[in-house]
Amino acid sequence: MEYVVEMLNIRKEFPGIIANDNISLELKKGEIHALMGENGAGKSTLMSILFGLYQPDNGSIRIKGKEVRISNPNVANDLGIGMVHQHFKLVHNFTITENIILGIEPKKGLTLDLKSAAERIRLLSEQYGLNVDPYEKIENVSVGMQQRVEIIKMLYRNAEVLIFDEPTAVLTPHEILDLMKIMKNLVAEGKSIILITHKLKEIKAVADRCTVIRRGKLVGTVDVAATSEARMAEMMVGRQVSFKVDKSESKPGAIILQVENLSVLNHRKVLGLKGCSLDVRSGEILGIAGVEGNGQTELVEAITGLTRVESGKVLLKEQDITHLLIRERIEAGIAHIPEDRQKRGLVLDYTIEENMVLEVYDRVPFSNKGLLDRDAIRNYTDKIMKNFDVRAGEGAESFARTLSGGNQQKAIVGREVELNPELLIAVQPTRGLDVGSIEYIHKRLVEQRDRGKAVLLVSLELDEILNVSDRIAIVSNGELIGIVNAAETNENEVGLMMAGVRKGESN
Amino acid sequence: MKLQFKKGSAKSAVVAFLAIIFGLLAGALLIAVTGSDPFTGYAYLFKGGLMSTERIGDTLATSTPLILSGLSVAFAFKTGLFNIGASGQMLMGGFCATAVGLTLPLPFIILLPLEILAAIMGGAIWAVVPGFMKARFNVHEVVSTIMMNWISYWIIYYAVPAYFKGQFLETESRAIPDAASMKVNWLTHLFDGSFVNLGLFLAIVAVIIIAFILNRTVMGYELKAVGYNRFAAEYAGINVNRNIVLSMMIAGALAGLGGATMYIGNASNIQIGILPSQGFDGIAVALLGANSPLGSMFAALFFGLLYSGKGFMNAMIQIPPEIADTIIATIIYFAATSVLIERLVNMLRFRKRGQ
Repeated sequence: MEYVVEMLNIRKEFPGIIANDNISLELKKGEIHALMGENGAGKSTLMSILFGLYQPDNGSIRIKGKEVRISNPNVANDLGIGMVHQHFKLVHNFTITENIILGIEPKKGLTLDLKSAAERIRLLSEQYGLNVDPYEKIENVSVGMQQRVEIIKMLYRNAEVLIFDEPTAVLTPHEILDLMKIMKNLVAEGKSIILITHKLKEIKAVADRCTVIRRGKLVGTVDVAATSEARMAEMMVGRQVSFKVDKSESKPGAIILQVENLSVLNHRKVLGLKGCSLDVRSGEILGIAGVEGNGQTELVEAITGLTRVESGKVLLKEQDITHLLIRERIEAGIAHIPEDRQKRGLVLDYTIEENMVLEVYDRVPFSNKGLLDRDAIRNYTDKIMKNFDVRAGEGAESFARTLSGGNQQKAIVGREVELNPELLIAVQPTRGLDVGSIEYIHKRLVEQRDRGKAVLLVSLELDEILNVSDRIAIVSNGELIGIVNAAETNENEVGLMMAGVRKGESN
Repeated sequence: MKLQFKKGSAKSAVVAFLAIIFGLLAGALLIAVTGSDPFTGYAYLFKGGLMSTERIGDTLATSTPLILSGLSVAFAFKTGLFNIGASGQMLMGGFCATAVGLTLPLPFIILLPLEILAAIMGGAIWAVVPGFMKARFNVHEVVSTIMMNWISYWIIYYAVPAYFKGQFLETESRAIPDAASMKVNWLTHLFDGSFVNLGLFLAIVAVIIIAFILNRTVMGYELKAVGYNRFAAEYAGINVNRNIVLSMMIAGALAGLGGATMYIGNASNIQIGILPSQGFDGIAVALLGANSPLGSMFAALFFGLLYSGKGFMNAMIQIPPEIADTIIATIIYFAATSVLIERLVNMLRFRKRGQ
């Protein structure tokens, strides 16, 4: 069998960490090859080496049997390797065509030849079933469409090997299905795909073979069809993983959070949340289910104080907090694991220890009379890092930017739990994390519940909502559709309600 | 106080050092093109700044306003703001100090603190306006601080001839009395008659205070958090708008103090029709100093050396003083492209390891 890409015995070391230790990966022509590993296992490093962003310390790379040295991404491009990044690199006020030709603009005399480029894009779009309109502007298209633009960008540059870096992290369930179809079309047309992911379901659905790495070392390459999900999870994490969240019956106590008839404007200045009422009791996890952008953000921001309330009330332990400042709400007992850990959750240019006191730096013992107490902050950080298994190259002094996504998230979860809140709001707490970390964070959420905290869980992953919550509130189009008990419902019922069908309406 | 050197600072120092070397090399080329010998030229340039106690004093004095304007820009940068208006803030601070010095017939020991206070307030007010506009109406500070530069320029243009007209010239104020000057006899004697003055100590104290605020205090923690990531700061309940105004106020106060060291320290009157270039040089100083207070101080001392030596170089071997300005500009270029220099350093290190 002919291999299009062979990476042999790759080794790459960074200060304090061996990112890749003797890893080999072989990609057959026309296959979808999953590259799986926990956050920080070394997947991105390995692919960055293939894409020419890093040079390996050791090992060799062969493309179609010929040994090559990929010194920069341009070389990778010339060799037919294209990467679809997790964070898209697109100019928002350019059209799709303009974005795709950026850097290799076709010219007719002195002017751009947009027409023939658009035509070629249209043909590619048809060939691979991408359904892209070459003249639409990026700012007007969905995230799923932006991803397809990135794919066409690679095809336009005649890429033979496409690397997808966690492509489904930003997509809705429906868009994920579309993407899988597209990937199958691509391999049917003779392209080869490397799929970086840690989502077992997706690997099962599309991949032919799967290479697993753990902590920089190769665990093995397996045939996906012949390997169970549980087995692959075990390979990745290094121990058996339970997919089911282990928890006892909830024992709800007093009402902690009460939301009364709450309406909130979204950033487009229209009502994003309309007359929502719900409450969360101590000792229970209330899950909010819904498709992205159906009022979850507005609800959370209104409770935490990040946005103004249009009408209605928010009460915490019977105290009206509707108009309190953000800091006052934190002090009243609200902790918040934010949806976007890099935008809101962390100051990336601060060290971990500086981040761990983001909400409490002005309290004793972390500061006294306006002066920071570095020792107290260090001790506090060490405690959180130990309790929540946050791994960082240089410990508490590592810059937050240098941590892997999973460790960043664990640090945030640790920080918020350590606030010892009455109400813990967790928004997408496991987004983009591997099964090991997910299991860990779910355990911690349940643990908070068992300690008598009220937990509000917002997630776009239906599995997570069904598994972790005790009760589930479903929102659609800014309205609360209904609240069901997790034990008495199923994916179908919740799915229908997410689509806006009220309970009892369907039959 | 425990001074902290983080991992980044060693690297910034190397980058700054390389920027200086490259700048000097480019300057050597220019000197050669003008038909002189670069080595002789540089020898005179540095001699001009350092060859006698008096000249060392002059160099320190020349550096003083640069330290403060650089500190002002660096501080604002740290908190995510681009203070391009240090010039206007210096002018305003210097004017307020001069006005106090010319108006109040008080003894030195009382008058000087009052002048300093006036300078700080003048600069602070001049920066608070853009800060407030940014926080309240999201007006970009680059635009508003430049506008404030011109407002101060014309205010001084009007006010100096109207209220403090000089004895001989319409275009400058009266000279301030000795009791109002930062020049003190013991320092002048110590440096053999140089114009170095108390402003130098004020600048050094300011560097220490700012470094302390940024690294050790709750206030510095909040300011930097807002600068690095205002969304995370907002999430954590830090009042973003208040910190923007506060940051501009402190930056303005520093520039205002720098203005005082110029107009009642190095000089003894204020001219109309001149926006002090030291305010803009502050941007370069902050850049070369990698926005750290200590780094800015060293960068300012280096620029001060070039500025104070260029006259001597010109007098000795006919190299135009503009060459020194060109060298400074080249160094700024290299400092601004520090990313490239960093890459060069990494590349060299990589090669070495590869062998």
